[in-house]
Parts: sequence; C-alpha cells; structure tokens
Amino acid sequence: MAQLTCQNLSVGYDGRPVLQGLNFEVSAGDYLCIVGENGSGKSTLMKTILSLQAPIGGTILTGDGLRKNEIGYLPQQTQVQKDFPASVKEIVLSGCQGRCGRRPFYSKKEKRLAADAMDKMRISQLAGRCYRELSGGQQQRVLLARALCATRKMLLLDEPVSGLDPKVTMEMYELIESLNQEDGITVIMISHDLSAALRYASHILHIDDSVFFGTKADYLRSPQGKLFDSGKGGGV
Amino acid sequence: MNAIWEKLTFYWGYPFVRYALVVGVLIALCSSLLGVTLVLKRFSFIGDGLSHVAFGAMAIAGVLGLTNDMPLVMAITIVSAVLLLKTGQNTKIQGDAAVAMISVGALALGYLLMNIFSTSSNLSGDVCSTLFGSTSILTLSPGEVWLSVGISALVVLIFVLFYNKIFAVTFDESFAKAVGTAADRYNLLIAVIVAVVIVLAMNLVGSLLISALVIFPALSAMRVFKSFRSVTVCAAVLSTVCAALGILIAILAGTPVGSTIVAVDILAFFLLSGIGRLIGGIRK
Repeated sequence: MAQLTCQNLSVGYDGRPVLQGLNFEVSAGDYLCIVGENGSGKSTLMKTILSLQAPIGGTILTGDGLRKNEIGYLPQQTQVQKDFPASVKEIVLSGCQGRCGRRPFYSKKEKRLAADAMDKMRISQLAGRCYRELSGGQQQRVLLARALCATRKMLLLDEPVSGLDPKVTMEMYELIESLNQEDGITVIMISHDLSAALRYASHILHIDDSVFFGTKADYLRSPQGKLFDSGKGGGV
Repeated sequence: MNAIWEKLTFYWGYPFVRYALVVGVLIALCSSLLGVTLVLKRFSFIGDGLSHVAFGAMAIAGVLGLTNDMPLVMAITIVSAVLLLKTGQNTKIQGDAAVAMISVGALALGYLLMNIFSTSSNLSGDVCSTLFGSTSILTLSPGEVWLSVGISALVVLIFVLFYNKIFAVTFDESFAKAVGTAADRYNLLIAVIVAVVIVLAMNLVGSLLISALVIFPALSAMRVFKSFRSVTVCAAVLSTVCAALGILIAILAGTPVGSTIVAVDILAFFLLSGIGRLIGGIRK
C-alpha cells in the first residue's frame, strides 16, 4: 500500500477550490516533485496534505505505517523567524514536539535524536549559535534537521532552495538526495526549478491548466514535459 | 546614603510598602514572561489593547453599580484576548489593525459611558488614575495580595510546564501543527493568561503603561541574548529588578509608581542596548 494516497482531491480557501480532481499516490522511497506556476495551488495542496487546512473535497489516506503526524515539514521561512532569538539546538529540539504529546519536557532519547539530526545535517558545531545570525543555507539545514526529528519516513519541502545562491542550492539538493537514497526517506518537494526536479525526482506532479502525474520518464513524453524539453533545450 | 537607608527601613515598617513591593515584582515577572512570546508574535500592542478593553469593562461595571468589578472585567478581557489572537491567523483584518481598533474603541466607549452615567464628582481624576495607575498599589488589602500571589504562581507554573510548547508554537505555528501539536489550544492558553495578567497589572501601572511592562524587558533582553531560554530568563530577572527599583524610588521620591517603574525599564533598555552593541562589536 502507498504511504500517501490522494483520491479526487480538491483544495482551496474559504470553500473556493483552487485545484480540483487530483489523483496521485506516493510510495515509500519515492521522490516526488510538485511543479507548476505561482498561484496554481502547490502550497495549498501541501498544507492540505499536512492537515493544516481541510480538503474541499476528496480524501487523503495515509498507509504503510505512516501516521498523519509523522510527516516532517520544511516550511518557507516566515518574517517572524528572521529576527527570532533562538539557538540552533532549541529549534532542532522543537521538532520532537509531536513525540512529546502531553509531556512538558524533552526526554534524553529526544535530545539524542536532535543531536543525531544535527550530525546528519552537519550543523553540530553550530548548536549554540543564534539562528538569525546564520547564513540562508545554514538556516535551511537547521529547519531540515528539525523536520528529521519529527519523522524518519516522509519529508515535505516547500521550495527548500528559494533565496539560496547556486553553490548552496546544489549542496541542499545533494543533502536531500542523500536523505532519500541512503536513509530511504520519502520526499515530496515543491519546486520552481524544473531542471532540478527532473534531475532528482522519481515522480512528477505538474499542476497547471491540465494536471500530470507519473514517473519522470512518462513526464518527459507527456505534452507538458515535451514543452519543457523543446522550450529549454532539455537543460537537464 | 545613610539617610536613604534610614528612610527605607522606616517605610519597611509599614505593611502597605511590603505589599506593594511583593505584588509589583510578581506582576512584573508575569508580564515579562509573556512579553517575549507576544513581541515575537508581533503582538506588542496587545497589552495596550486589552488594558483599554479592561478600562471599558470597568466603566460598564461602574455604570451597573457593581461593587466587585473583577469578575466582569476579567471575563470581557479574556473574550477580547481570545478574539484578538484568533484574528492574527485570519487575514481579513490584520493583527495590528484589530488590536488598534479594539484598543481605541474600548477606550472611547469606556470614557463615554463614564461621562454619561457619572456617579463621581471627580471624573477626570478617576479616568486619569485608571489610565496611569493610581496609588491603589499602595492601598492593597492582604486579600488582594494573596490573590496576586496565587495568580502569579499559577502563571509561572503554567509557563514553565508549557515552555517547550510555547516556544514551538511561537517559532513556527504551521510546523507545530503539522507534527500534531494542538497549536490552537496553546494560543488560547496564551490569550487567557495574557488577559489575566493584564487585569492584574492594571492595579499597578494603569492601562496605558501595561504595554511597557510587557515589551521593555523582552526587547532589552533580546539586545544581548541569543537563545530563547536566555532571553526569557533575562527578561524575567530584568523586569523584577526594575519593578523593585521603581517602587523603591517612587516611595523615596514621592513619584507616581507606574511611571517610575517604566522609566527604570526605559533606562535598562538603553543600558542593555549599549552592552549588546559592545558585545556585537567585539565579536565582529
């Protein structure tokens, strides 16, 4: 059974659908890229998958041992976070929040989990530093480590490289790929960067006037994919 | 120096001075704990808004001729706090605009009510003391002191127990929700505590100066410290020290208590800003 199945899903705000009739499923170990124009409803879809807002129609099912609150999330940075006085360690540890339930404090096990996640993201040396003084790439790695504390099964990334310079962008993509390949974490990523999507993803969900969902190979043969191929000379 | 010391020990003999000091320090502690979260959530002005609501509620209680206005004031303020923090997530009226609206509206209506149904001969005196804090902190009864002690202890306890949750919800609400934290429930909790602290604090500094108690310690602490925990601890310590100093100075110099505390807070802010700049300069 797939980890995540969306059946005839409609998403939107205030009862007005932005996106209708979506059908797709994500299996363990997949790397799904969601691409499409601004305002096509990518972020709304992601919020609906995370249960931050209710779907307007259709259903989202989780399976294969994945529970709804086991989806790690890398949101786009908010204005508030840019001057928030918090140390790296505090932020990463807050990813364990979902594991705490009603317990007020973090256990030793959760602290070790946070330390592991920082190790994996190679930010252990920054543990005591202040979040707002880090570079953009470092901040993203902190948030990724936090997401890893919440899950070892599925990550949802909302434009993880926006605002990063090309070199850091590459590092970020490689880090995400290694999480997918080596740790077997399912990745769902919203991206503007079609060429990177085609390079790393196993599946593509293209949201536009018409919706495409399928493997990368199928996508390249589809009308939308061909458009990209001819338009940009296959810059893959 | 000796003369000041003598004067202090002389005043220490009076219970009302001790009461004022205890209640003042506790209220300053509670408001500074919440201040860090409120400032970071961009709700610096909620103290101002809610205290005006409390002012309006007091006017209503006065018109109705209630002798004990605490329950009514508390209820109205809590409801407003919940509504205000809710609009923060909704986009139709932005958080700051909503606070401004309620703040000014409640102030105007409260004054209007007091004016129309005035029972007192010294209306402007009444209004002034509600806004700027009267000498009521110097006329506290033992019962009121124990009430303040109880509520403050409760606020501190709740804050410590929910510290990690409050951090998670303040730093990133959508992430907290996504991993299954009941963010709405904690926002509600924050709103209720804020309302309770503000109604309590009105006794001390009056409605206009509550914002200062909420914002100044948090902002001062953020100048110097870099982690959420150290900022919170520093704000709490700073706020209690400033409140104690302010009350002592007010008693010695005969100045209004509320404004004196805020003046000390302002001084502390500039002091810590300077220290922050100095440390920053060394690091660079």
